[in-house]
Formats: sequence, C-alpha cells, structure tokens
Amino acid sequence: MNQPNDLILRTTTQLIAFLLLGFSVYLFFAGHNAPGGGFIGGLTTAAAFILMYMTYGYEKIKKILPINFRLIAVVGLLITLLSGIGAIAFGEAFLSQTSDYFNFPILGEKHLATAMIFDLGVYLVVVGITLTIILSIATDSDDDSNEDVGV
Amino acid sequence: MLEEFGDQLLDIVLIICFIAMTISIFLLVIRAFRGPSNADRAVAIDTMGINMMAITGLASIQLVTDKLNDVVLLIGILLFIGTIAIAKFIEKGVIIDQNHH
Repeated sequence: MNQPNDLILRTTTQLIAFLLLGFSVYLFFAGHNAPGGGFIGGLTTAAAFILMYMTYGYEKIKKILPINFRLIAVVGLLITLLSGIGAIAFGEAFLSQTSDYFNFPILGEKHLATAMIFDLGVYLVVVGITLTIILSIATDSDDDSNEDVGV
Repeated sequence: MLEEFGDQLLDIVLIICFIAMTISIFLLVIRAFRGPSNADRAVAIDTMGINMMAITGLASIQLVTDKLNDVVLLIGILLFIGTIAIAKFIEKGVIIDQNHH
C-alpha cells in the first residue's frame, strides 16, 4: 500500500491536539455552574489522544504516551470511592459534598467544591475506559503476532 | 415602537430558521440512509453536524444566553475528528494503523 500524502492532517493535528487538551482542562474546571464537568472534559481529552493515534499510527504514540489506560480507569474509580468515603469520616452520609469560598493571594476569592475531587475521578475513568475500548477494537487482529499489542 | 417591532421580527426569523434547519436535517437523514456510496453518507453526516451547530447557535439567541458557546465549539471539534476518521476509513480501510510499511 502506498503511503498517502497527509501533510495537511499532520500539520493541523499538531495545533488541534493541544487546543483540545487545553479546552478539556477548561471544560473540567468550568463544571457545576456552566456546561462542563468531569465527563465531557474526559471525552475531550480522549478525543485529542484519538486524533493523535489516527494521525501518527499506534506504534509512534505508544512510544510517546507509555500509559496503561486500564490502570487510569481503576485509579479514577478509586479516587471517586475515596471522595465518597471521606464524607463518612466527617460524620455525613456517603457521597455528601460541600463547598466554600476561599481567598487566594493572586487569584482573589474562588469557589472551591469537594465535588471537584469526585469529578477528577470521573475524568480519569472516562479517559481510561474510552481509550481502552477504542484501542482494543482498533488493534484487534486475527494473526497471533499482534497478541502483545493489547492495550 | 421600533424595539417592539425588532423583537417580533427576531422571533419570526428564529422560527423560520428553526424550521429551515429541521427540513435540512430531515433531507440529510434521507441522504445518509439512501446515499449510493459511502462518501455521500460521510458528507451527509458532516453537514448534519454543521446544522446541529447552527441550531445550537439559534437556541442560544432565543434563550438569550452565552452558556451554549462551548457546546458549539465542542460539536465542531468532535465533528472534525469524526470526519477525519470516516475519510481515513474510506481511503485506507483502517483508522488507527498499527505499523508503518
């Protein structure tokens, strides 16, 4: 198979992947009171990774991002569980959330919520599960030589 | 008097635009089902996404809010990735290639 000339795709991916990662962080912190939150932030991060996988191929990105995405999903679930158990430690019901306003030296008054910890867990679970599903479908193959490719 | 006329005109124009977008999406669904080739279906789905962005923008005008601007941007980005995936599937047969030849 001849190598297609995809210079435009490679050039735009360099720009758009970083735009997507920055936008996902913005969406993650915009949650609760505006459109955003852990789920859609995680999906945007996964979209950026998948764009890089589509452009540069599986092997190259595997070298650049040596991340075990199944482990990320499990760590996210653990963070979510611990944020629920933390409420029991303060004598509240499981998964109770609270929030308060704090003053920071440069940033000024900010609204901090413990739901952000729960959201961080959701973010990691969504990134891990999405990439695990898509990469295990994409690297599925009949011949046995690719057995160690499994995500 | 002029402001009242402007409000009424905006309402009427919004309703006409919503109806036009709905008809457009309906025709594109027909094209996505019946399209003779896969490239026709890809173009139809891509254009449906653009119509979704337009409807979201119209909804944010009607609701007088700027909360939906992120949604428009997000639909655009995900549409771009989906279009690249379909184009690569039509051209090469695989979306994520495993090893370079």
